[in-house]
Amino acid sequence: MVVTTATGSDLKALVFDLLSHVPDPEIPCVSVVDLGIVRDVKPGAKPSVIITPTYTGCPATMVIEQSIRAALDRAGLQNMAVETTLSPPWTTDWISEEGREKLRRYGIAPPQEQQTMCPQCGSSRTEEISRFGSTPCKALWRCLDCAEPFDRFKCH
Amino acid sequence: MRDPALFEYACRLGDDGLVLGQRLSEWCGHAPMLEIDLSLANVALDLVGQATHFLGLAAGAGAEGRDADSLAFHRDVLDFRNCLLVEQPNGDFGQTIARQFLFSNWQELLFADLVASKHEGIAAIAAKAVKEVAYHSRLANEWVVRLGDGTAESRGRLVDGLEWMWRFADELFDVDPVLQSLIDAGIGADPRRFHPSWDARISRVLTDAMLDAPKPRRAVVGGRIGRHSEHLGHLLSEMQFLQRAYPGAQW
Repeated sequence: MVVTTATGSDLKALVFDLLSHVPDPEIPCVSVVDLGIVRDVKPGAKPSVIITPTYTGCPATMVIEQSIRAALDRAGLQNMAVETTLSPPWTTDWISEEGREKLRRYGIAPPQEQQTMCPQCGSSRTEEISRFGSTPCKALWRCLDCAEPFDRFKCH
Repeated sequence: MRDPALFEYACRLGDDGLVLGQRLSEWCGHAPMLEIDLSLANVALDLVGQATHFLGLAAGAGAEGRDADSLAFHRDVLDFRNCLLVEQPNGDFGQTIARQFLFSNWQELLFADLVASKHEGIAAIAAKAVKEVAYHSRLANEWVVRLGDGTAESRGRLVDGLEWMWRFADELFDVDPVLQSLIDAGIGADPRRFHPSWDARISRVLTDAMLDAPKPRRAVVGGRIGRHSEHLGHLLSEMQFLQRAYPGAQW
């Protein structure tokens, strides 16, 4: 077990680094940090990590909280609380560049307002099949060039 | 802290989502095609998620020792505060879409206004939920056009659905003393303010769907004070089955 005594900005960096290894339960190629779920770390006598849910009804919310709790405990941060905030509301703008690249490699088109590119062949000739997909955050699309269907992360 | 008016209002907001979420879940595995099944299940999920937040807020403003789950599972028909529209049976897909069309357009406008609520909790839930509900109204509006401007069969079913649901629309804009007191306090949103926008949306979509608006009729109201149709009891008996059979059971 690692016991940490880090404080202030060191603590913040440490926790973000730690949680960047905690995968999203439904899209395990990205971490909860990549997705922008981890918002902040409050140091002090009663330190806490602030997280925010993606969709209000996302069934993964509780698993995410538990995975974060477990990761903190493993790193010796049992005294750190996990707090959930709704405001400001989560947006796909908070998904990191690294997270977007990971999504693309995984076969999910990252959220993008203008053009939806096929994550398989890169073509921009694509069309929506269903605005609601296998999870609340994704829509179902199809590539008109390589004919592969794919998930697209919805702009939110 | 006890706050009866806030408790009442948060229950209304939460029960709308909970009851409609439960209704839409009845379609899961039964929808006419896979994409619709996914859509309705996703909408249901959003609504239940929003309800969890609103009922959590209600629990904080109500009697001690209750939480969102106990409000959802340990209340009976008379204590539910949802509007009558959301408890109406699914009927066929046309009727389900008619209900969603009237409700989601209303809820989107409501949440857009509630973002400015002086109650921090309500404003935060609304800001998050309004983005989700925008999807719901888009889905419903597109289906109204597709069914209305579709075949004679699809058109007929949608028209029947609208005929059924129309009488429950007025209740959405009703302002009783409880709501008025919260509007005065800057906490609640005044549905009369966005009524014209709702009318405009509904009529624009119906025009696109080549449909006339149903004729005005005597409104049926009462959901906000616990006077519900027979349908709600049946819905609750299914939704609350586990807690009724095994009171206090935990996951």
